[in-house]
Amino acid sequence: MGKKKLFRGAAVVGGGLTKLGLFKDRNSKDFFAEAYLEMLDSVDKGVDPKDIEAIYVGNFTNDFFVNQAHWSPIIADLLGLVPRPVTRTEGACASSALSFREGVLAIASGLYDIVLVGGFEQMSKRTTEEVAEGLGMAASPYEVAAGFTFPGVFGTMATAYFAKYGADREALFNVTIKSHTNAPLNPKAQFPLTIRDFMNQRIERCRQKGEPIPQWKDEKDFLRDPRVNPPVAWPMHLFDCCPISDGASCLLLVAEDLAKKFTDKPVYVAGTGQGSGYSLHAKKNLASYEATQAAAQQAYEMSGYGPEDVQFAEVHDCFSIAEIVHMEDLGFYKPGEAYKAVAAGESRLDGPKPINTSGGLKTKGHPVGATGVAQLYEVYTQLRGEAGKRQIPNPNLRIGGAHNLGGTGGTCTFTLLERR
Amino acid sequence: MNNRPFTDTSYEQFLNEGKIMGTKCAKCGALSLPPRPICVSCFSREMVWIEFKGAGKLAAFTSITVAPPNLAKEGYGRNKPYVVGVVELAEGVKAVARIVGVDAKKPEQIKVGTALQAEFMTKEEGGVRKTALGFKPR
Repeated sequence: MGKKKLFRGAAVVGGGLTKLGLFKDRNSKDFFAEAYLEMLDSVDKGVDPKDIEAIYVGNFTNDFFVNQAHWSPIIADLLGLVPRPVTRTEGACASSALSFREGVLAIASGLYDIVLVGGFEQMSKRTTEEVAEGLGMAASPYEVAAGFTFPGVFGTMATAYFAKYGADREALFNVTIKSHTNAPLNPKAQFPLTIRDFMNQRIERCRQKGEPIPQWKDEKDFLRDPRVNPPVAWPMHLFDCCPISDGASCLLLVAEDLAKKFTDKPVYVAGTGQGSGYSLHAKKNLASYEATQAAAQQAYEMSGYGPEDVQFAEVHDCFSIAEIVHMEDLGFYKPGEAYKAVAAGESRLDGPKPINTSGGLKTKGHPVGATGVAQLYEVYTQLRGEAGKRQIPNPNLRIGGAHNLGGTGGTCTFTLLERR
Repeated sequence: MNNRPFTDTSYEQFLNEGKIMGTKCAKCGALSLPPRPICVSCFSREMVWIEFKGAGKLAAFTSITVAPPNLAKEGYGRNKPYVVGVVELAEGVKAVARIVGVDAKKPEQIKVGTALQAEFMTKEEGGVRKTALGFKPR
């Protein structure tokens, strides 16, 4: 495969994201409408909804979660955009990164100038066990037959990573503490709490109930305590796992040459890549995602940038170990080095390579079908300097990346956005 | 035995017969477990059956305390975790399987690299015999 370029460039000129969390009395349509309206209002010079020519919308399995399939006409009708074509994309937790990519490719083809992309997922109407079963549909049939769960697959990769590079649970704690440090800075986050906040909550609850007050030396000591951080699938514990969430995300994509008609601050698509991956038993390296490596390589080639040029990134952290492994597969660090970089604080908001400034899936929330575009929304927001309290303290922010993973690594995307 | 199609169904039938059967590419020699109808190394369609001896070592694992519904019904969960893992067979391919004969409650003591031997785990479900591939320390 040679160096693939887009026939015509695309830019993001608007975005919307719902507050993420558990909202049992709301529906998928409500979330998508909210994100869409926020997106419309966000376009600096305005957009006429009638000018939207096509829609790509990611959703993983609301077929199962709310017993409704065939979402495309529902979305078109909701937005008053019938009879425009709506295409649903499904790539498990990477569903809406695929919608973004299809939107970019549709603009690049010359067919459309203005495209709406987004994603949504309603997960809270089911029990935790049912949600786990639904998500399990995205694992490989061999993994499921052997008795693996989703956290189990990532736990397995963690033991491979630990054995290969000498890391241990401390490495995971550093990721969790970092993500929760960013969380309170994001008004859309499901858990806007630091680990210290969780500790204080617990102490307060014990005090109210008249129970013995727990003592923890520090955040890591708290995370080591199985009473508050029980195992799920060794070495994955509760605080290594992202939550169940509802929500929706939207971005407006336009042809590059039209971008300035909508805003003076467009964010351009510099590169996009997508790869597929093996299930566990067929992987050559159990401490790596070949789909991420393929996606990254494509995005770097298309953009002409390398991993060292990417100033910050949203990296798919459905489980803490995934963030570490992906930082290596994206080329930010050499194999076996990312966990040391996290320990050294390099991925913090004020570090040299901020990772998951949004708080990541762990704290922001992970409505699976909405996540890919929600990650891109964060990169877009940072590049426009509109991230508020969590704005990266770098006046020359120009290039950011968004990495999205579907299933147990079967579908991965990497997108590079830039200010010019 | 050699006439069976190179499918997951054939693989499961062989497991019921106490055999771990995969494919070998007659052209380039690449091995595959479970069997495949196409060689993913050279794209040849000339596949032959090969039996794996079942000796291997633990490449990676997890101990699951939050069990999926089918295993929760068998009593697995918080008080009875179970171990699954990736086993690298002596022939060079990997398999995902249950790991038995290890202490699922003390996963920190389970070591990657542990030598393992295949164990056929058979059970009857509604009169149908079903065999899953497991492994135990050698």
